[in-house]
Amino acid sequence: MSPSPAVVARRITKRYGATTALLDAGITIAPGETHALVGRNGAGKSTLVSILTGLQRADAGEVSFAGEPAPALSDRDGWRRLVACVYQKSTIIPTLTVAENLFLNRQGTFVNWRSLRRRAGDLLDGYGVDVDPARVAGELTVEQRQLVEIARALSFGARFIILDEPTAQLDAAAIERLFGRMRQLREGGVTFLFISHHLQEVYEVCQTVTVFRDARHVLTSPVADLPHDDLVGAMTGDAGPLLSSGASRPAVSSSETVLTVESLRLAGFYSDVAFSVRAGEMVGLIGSGSSGKVALAETIAGLRKADGGTVTVAGARPRPGSVPSALAAGLGYLPQDRHREGLVPLLSVAENATLPIAGKLGPAGVIAPARRRAVARRMIEAYDIKTSGSDEPVNALSGGNAQKVVLARALSNDPKALVMVNPTAGVDVRSKESLLGAVASAATDGTGVLVVSDELDDLRSCDRVLVMFHGRVVREMPRGWADADLVAAVEGVREE
Amino acid sequence: MTGSPTVAVAPPVRGSRRVQLARFRDLALVPAIVLLVIVGAVVDPVFLTKANITNVLQQQTELSLLVLAEAIILIAGKFDLSLESTIGLAPALAVGLVIPAASNGLGTDLPVALAILLCLLTGLAIGAFNGLLILRFKLSAFIVTLGMLIVLRGLQIGLTGGQNLFDIPQSVLYLGNAVWLGLPASIWICGALFAAGILALGFLRHGRAVYAIGGNVDAARAAGIRTDRVVWTVLMLGGLLAALAGLLMTGRLGSVASAQGDGMIFTVFAAAVIGGVSLDGGKGTLFGALCGVIVLGLINNILTLAGVSAQWIQAIYGGIILVALILARVTSGKAQD
Repeated sequence: MSPSPAVVARRITKRYGATTALLDAGITIAPGETHALVGRNGAGKSTLVSILTGLQRADAGEVSFAGEPAPALSDRDGWRRLVACVYQKSTIIPTLTVAENLFLNRQGTFVNWRSLRRRAGDLLDGYGVDVDPARVAGELTVEQRQLVEIARALSFGARFIILDEPTAQLDAAAIERLFGRMRQLREGGVTFLFISHHLQEVYEVCQTVTVFRDARHVLTSPVADLPHDDLVGAMTGDAGPLLSSGASRPAVSSSETVLTVESLRLAGFYSDVAFSVRAGEMVGLIGSGSSGKVALAETIAGLRKADGGTVTVAGARPRPGSVPSALAAGLGYLPQDRHREGLVPLLSVAENATLPIAGKLGPAGVIAPARRRAVARRMIEAYDIKTSGSDEPVNALSGGNAQKVVLARALSNDPKALVMVNPTAGVDVRSKESLLGAVASAATDGTGVLVVSDELDDLRSCDRVLVMFHGRVVREMPRGWADADLVAAVEGVREE
Repeated sequence: MTGSPTVAVAPPVRGSRRVQLARFRDLALVPAIVLLVIVGAVVDPVFLTKANITNVLQQQTELSLLVLAEAIILIAGKFDLSLESTIGLAPALAVGLVIPAASNGLGTDLPVALAILLCLLTGLAIGAFNGLLILRFKLSAFIVTLGMLIVLRGLQIGLTGGQNLFDIPQSVLYLGNAVWLGLPASIWICGALFAAGILALGFLRHGRAVYAIGGNVDAARAAGIRTDRVVWTVLMLGGLLAALAGLLMTGRLGSVASAQGDGMIFTVFAAAVIGGVSLDGGKGTLFGALCGVIVLGLINNILTLAGVSAQWIQAIYGGIILVALILARVTSGKAQD
């Protein structure tokens, strides 16, 4: 270890009103390492990030960079030369071009567009980012957007970069490319603070890990010395191996199919897809971001209309492109992005959870508040949703609990078939367990489940996993697959 | 959907074509303007005379200044409905302060030379007050400026006793009816201000900051832009432009009507949106907004020349604005938000 660490935060305390976000917590990051920061939702990670980036002042404690005390909060340029952050929420302005985003507020008093585009091109080339600087930033993919943000961060001269859940919205191939780039930059002397819910990624790309729990620092250890179960134990406060949820599900006995897809095609996304899911069966569907798997799930849910082929839900054929018709046929759907498609942020937990069954809560479209509350209370209990009450607005919940509300809602109809897209994205380890547990128990009760996900953990309890590649289902693997085989199939390595 | 899993991140580069498309979108209303000119010429030969064209342009100058102000404010992601009251109150207050009480003045009898300055200062002050409520007290710009619209209109009626002011000092009249180099001064002023605005928003760092703020205010702040200061400046500039529009209108009409500017804000928004300015902020150009003004001015003129009866002209004008909005939506191919 070098004598003066790249970043030190010591004895940081931060309170927001009655809640303590950080209590006497700290972190020390050696130069040139990739340091993981993990913890459950609400452990204080985001607060530490905003203090390390100079967006908020700590109530107590100090931050220093390479031995020097941090600049004043008002000295934005000073902070930006020291530390850069790629936030979960994009800080790209969608209506401006990539070039302008890169040099925002640094264009000079008079903007010379030609030279701006050239400088942007040079900057992107320098980091090997293949994006046209003249494009409007809103058209970029998540991955491209992130690369632009990383390039921008580095262009300020910062040698310490915070990545706040950078992999949450990337597919497996893009994550690998991101990691490759991180390793490359690390060899060039860049220090990273890497925040992720995916412990596998921590082991893959980080050298040191720091765990926060309940606003406190719990441990810092070299990754190599910390077994997986101990890491989870440190995060959750109770040691012991992860439950492998649903592993003990009985074998599927029913032969009744609840979801059948036949020669379904949608130009530009997928073609000639056929499979079926039996009652009580859990089927996984994995593929890279361009495999068309999400479009396929959205077609089944009625959000998209296929060019041809049929979807059959429990014997009925819902009208293509109609969500109400799919729901009526007995389909439950857990959308990809709970913020965008899943929840109405200002409405209460009860209202959000009962949206699809609002018609059953009273006569003639009238919603009886007492009945709704009762239903919501049952859901909160059944799915272990941590909330102050069914009247709490859903945007006050943590990611994992918000996702449980979405799941509760998807299952509120007692669907015959359930389609889920990335059900555990941005959800902490324990919430992940209880989410997958709830899904498995729904399957045991006879619901046919289709899990569309990049996350291997989501797929472990599936009876079989279908692999999509470039719009086609190319492989089917029974339970007990090896991770390497599945990933290879996703990447198209074994493609005929 | 193509290529191997190790395919490069970026899709094929189409930069040059994109830039051309973006420029084309800027010019989207030019064919409409050409079409309207042809229709006008067919409807009435008077249309293409210099006197008529000059008249159309001059009538649109006040509106265009309000659209200029509103477009910048909209691009910054805010709203200002109170512009239509500022255009009446600012000149009314300034004139009231300098003319004798016998002419419905306020009795302060300030030096006449101050009138223009007072008018512009009033506009600035209104913009600053809007900024105070919106930025300091974090109130919704829509409701704040709707409230201000009513308050300012009420102030004007209260101060003038609901009377139109006729005894206008020459200095106040000058800008609205002077002729420079064969064209009304107000047309020159508008042209110059639009040119300045287009250059400023396109080529000044602070102009680009307006787009950045409207596009994503958090990102703009993270980039070190003093967002509140820029928005405040934009709102004050809006008030100033509205006051200037008030001066031009007063000069053109030779009086300050108690309802001066009443109902203009609908047309202002219509022109801005037809011109491609997004109500969501961050999108649109001042050139587009100017085209929107010209389109509306030509439509109005053609309807008048075609002898549409005065009782029906409003309904038809409104209907045409809606059609124009639909067409703008169809041609731009994107939802208006």
